[in-house]
Amino acid sequence: MLAREVVEELIQVLGRENVLTEQEDLLTYAYDATAALKHQKPDVVVSPISTEQVAEVVKIAQRHQVPIYPRGSGTNLSGGTVPIQGGIVLSMLNLNKILEFDQDNLTATVQPGVIIQTLNDEAAKHGLIYPPDPGTVTTATMGGSVSECSGGLRGLKYGVTKHYIMGLTIVLANGKVIRWGGKTVKNVTGYDLVALFTGAEGTLGIITEMIVKLIPAPETRKSVLGVFDNLDKAGNAIAAIIRNKIIPATLEIMDNVTIQTVEHFVHAGLPLNAEAVLLCEVDGYKEVVERESVLVERILQEEGAVEVKVAKNDQERDLLWLARRSALPALAQKRPTTVLEDATVPRSKIPDMLKIVRKIADKYNLQIATFGHAGDGNLHPTILTDVRDEDEMKRVHLAVDEIFHGAIALGGTLSGEHGIGVAKMDFLSLEFGEAGVEALKAIKEALDPNYMLNPGKIVRRD
Amino acid sequence: MSVYDSLDSINEELHKCMKCGNCQAVCPIYKETRQEVGVARGKISLAEFILSGEAEMTEGMAERFSLCTTCMACNQNCPCGVRFDKIILAARAEAVRKKGLHPVKKIAFTALKMQRLFDFGMKTGSVFQGVALKHLPHKSDRLARMRFDIGIGTEKVFPMLAKRPLRSELPEVVKVKNPKMRVAFFTGCMINYFYTDIGKAVVEVLTENDIEVVIPRGQGCCGIPASVNGDTVSARALARRNLRAFERLGADALVVACSSGGTAWKHVFMELLENDPEFSTLAKKWSEKSYDISEFLIHKVPFKKEGLGRVDRKVTYHDPCHLNRGQGINKEPREILKSIPGVELIEMKEPGRCCGMAGSFSLVHPDLSVKISDRKIADISQTQTNTVATGCPACRLQLQSGVENAGIQEQVMHTVQILAESYRAGKKGSK
Ligand SMILES: Cc1cc2nc3c(=O)[nH]c(=O)nc-3n(C[C@H](O)[C@H](O)[C@H](O)COP(=O)(O)OP(=O)(O)OC[C@H]3O[C@@H](n4cnc5c(N)ncnc54)[C@H](O)[C@@H]3O)c2cc1C
Ligand code: SF4
Ligand code: SF4
Repeated sequence: MLAREVVEELIQVLGRENVLTEQEDLLTYAYDATAALKHQKPDVVVSPISTEQVAEVVKIAQRHQVPIYPRGSGTNLSGGTVPIQGGIVLSMLNLNKILEFDQDNLTATVQPGVIIQTLNDEAAKHGLIYPPDPGTVTTATMGGSVSECSGGLRGLKYGVTKHYIMGLTIVLANGKVIRWGGKTVKNVTGYDLVALFTGAEGTLGIITEMIVKLIPAPETRKSVLGVFDNLDKAGNAIAAIIRNKIIPATLEIMDNVTIQTVEHFVHAGLPLNAEAVLLCEVDGYKEVVERESVLVERILQEEGAVEVKVAKNDQERDLLWLARRSALPALAQKRPTTVLEDATVPRSKIPDMLKIVRKIADKYNLQIATFGHAGDGNLHPTILTDVRDEDEMKRVHLAVDEIFHGAIALGGTLSGEHGIGVAKMDFLSLEFGEAGVEALKAIKEALDPNYMLNPGKIVRRD
Repeated sequence: MSVYDSLDSINEELHKCMKCGNCQAVCPIYKETRQEVGVARGKISLAEFILSGEAEMTEGMAERFSLCTTCMACNQNCPCGVRFDKIILAARAEAVRKKGLHPVKKIAFTALKMQRLFDFGMKTGSVFQGVALKHLPHKSDRLARMRFDIGIGTEKVFPMLAKRPLRSELPEVVKVKNPKMRVAFFTGCMINYFYTDIGKAVVEVLTENDIEVVIPRGQGCCGIPASVNGDTVSARALARRNLRAFERLGADALVVACSSGGTAWKHVFMELLENDPEFSTLAKKWSEKSYDISEFLIHKVPFKKEGLGRVDRKVTYHDPCHLNRGQGINKEPREILKSIPGVELIEMKEPGRCCGMAGSFSLVHPDLSVKISDRKIADISQTQTNTVATGCPACRLQLQSGVENAGIQEQVMHTVQILAESYRAGKKGSK
């Protein structure tokens, strides 16, 4: 339990209405979107409205040695926001202003509680876009997605969150405030702390402001769907598209289990016996898009697609994407629990990874559907299960283990975009050995020696 | 087992939730409070903790469960198909069972007080109005503001009580020359006491289409205010009373012009009475022939287009949650509006966003309700229209109060009133 005086001090800084202490409220901060994870409620939830208030909260926490768990919308999939040691949940949602749009430098300055879509809506008014688009664009905060370095559908052409973060204001574990980076494209002054804090999952400092890069919105786009009766052919088609120097904005894949589920769900006209479908979208200037879409169509045919569909208008495009957008909902409705992984491999290894996942599913007698961002090698093997079935959950954990091993054996990584949190920290040495884990630890301890910020995530304290 | 009888009944529904948080994107309450307890995911978790025994149904819990306008926006945005509307009903009913009416006593109390005010007002007429409500000069509607605070603030603008309730003003059977059908009209409380103009428009439009209208005198409140707040006992009694009243007079179909009434007749009566040997079949029978007025005029008896006169209005349409998401009716009112000569329909941003009224929600959480309403009013004022049409008297009240407080020139009407206006204009023109 938290000492009374801690709560009193917090109230003094933030005002009573921004400090939640009742059990009924605390319980709703005991979880995030991560499946099958033990929940834990915090002792207090606070919602600051300024960098100064955040700094004060950190100082109070330091004085009393209480852990702080930063939280955006709580949609991460790795247990990043669960306050596993109790203490303070620091909700960033009231820091929700877009502070500036700079059309000359093509940047926006935003607070961490801004929802990604809100930034995009604002950017659209200026003919600009902020490309990172995780499946949660309409809910996730800028602070949360920067802290997870979220990816999304457009990673292949446009990169991921880290490619758009130019400057950060950070409250350090000692309560001091630093600003790093800025509006300049070039900046080599000191270590690149902006890069370090992007994807740090709130374990190194608290982001209270960020300068992000915006780019001009593409003039137009076009979608092409290819149906394959063989996984290797689909894999070759992915490689062939890139080899022909076409970089689609999105290049998505769905495997047979996903196709079957989606088809029963939305009746988008996908052949039930297809081994894989590829969904490709090119964007840019009209002329380029025309040329590239014709090329993609031809490549898909050449690589042995049994069927190729090109969307002729927005309606047809929406229909094609309906299938892809329905993948997760359709799967999620089959069983009560959905374990969504994000093992990522080099693009060329996609067919191998899909086969490995299928073998694992057979071995453990589990329903695993795989879909994902084929263009950047980021797959989402999705295990459909039920947390109430203990025996099955044991097999789920073993399967997840093997998926990680499989991805790393293929030269891939544990997590492409969902982060490590608590869910994957035990596997870190698998990817970069003990020396790597020690290096992580050294960085953590240099910036947060008392393990105050999001303790129990990424780095374990001995 | 129905959601009204046990929290266990929603066990499977709760398990469907994968905690993705998608509901945050659309929840009007969460948008204002930005606290997890406001959104469906938060309340689902609380219900889970109660079921697993980790938490108890406290008064505080009941209070948290009152934080929902039951707008069903989360249902629609949920990838897992979670029926949050069922979950919230079950949680509230559980709260009442565990804590008696106590946790929601404020609601019940206020609602009761309102009811008594109405009845009192009905008897004393204008005397009462002068005492409790301050009349506001307005060009078309008779509006008033509370003179003193009865726990709901004095900000809310109310329509003045009708001089006579609709059901005592109109005969029980409104005959036409060559009736092609006999339709029963369930008025609901708001149309009966406040917005008799909507009720009269319904009757006008139906008779214009050669339909005989019966308005059973024995009908009462639809019981939705009771059932959504967990008072299952009262809700059941009201359901039986209404079924009895309509069965006595009989009709080929039943129409309503408010979204609660439609929800009640189509779904809730059946759910409430599913184990009632006497009334379950009756509830099912009437459910099958219940229609919202716009649905009826488009699908059941297509309204006649000849005789429609010109109505010069720039109209924007607000979708009532329980008509749109609850009953899937959103094209029909627009179709009616578009077929009226002279009406220009201009859509607002997010027409399906909750107005914040939600029955007693606006009484228990007046500040939140006003904040939610403010967003709606801002969207409306951007359309540069002069009329807001909607399909529910409760929304009309909220919107009317909103435009009044914002000082914008906008008349708030039920779709069917504009249709009636058009028939009237048609008659004038042909004379
Ligand atoms: C259905 C679904 C689909 C998804 N699809 C994708 C996808 O396509 N791509 C993808 O990359 N991710 C995806 N995700 C994961 C998730 O949405 C993202 O990681 C998201 O950006 C997290 O944002 P949030 O605001 O919810 O952060 P939270 O979950 O609240 O927090 C995430 C982490 O950031 C930390 N944090 C939050 N705010 C701050 C701050 N201001 N300063 C420091 N640390 C902070 C937290 O402590 C936590 O460790 C998906 C999740 C779901 C449920
Ligand atoms: S959108 Fe549905 S599944 Fe997701 S958290 Fe909300 S209720 Fe649960
Ligand atoms: S029904 Fe409406 S108010 Fe209630 S939780 Fe869902 S979205 Fe929020």
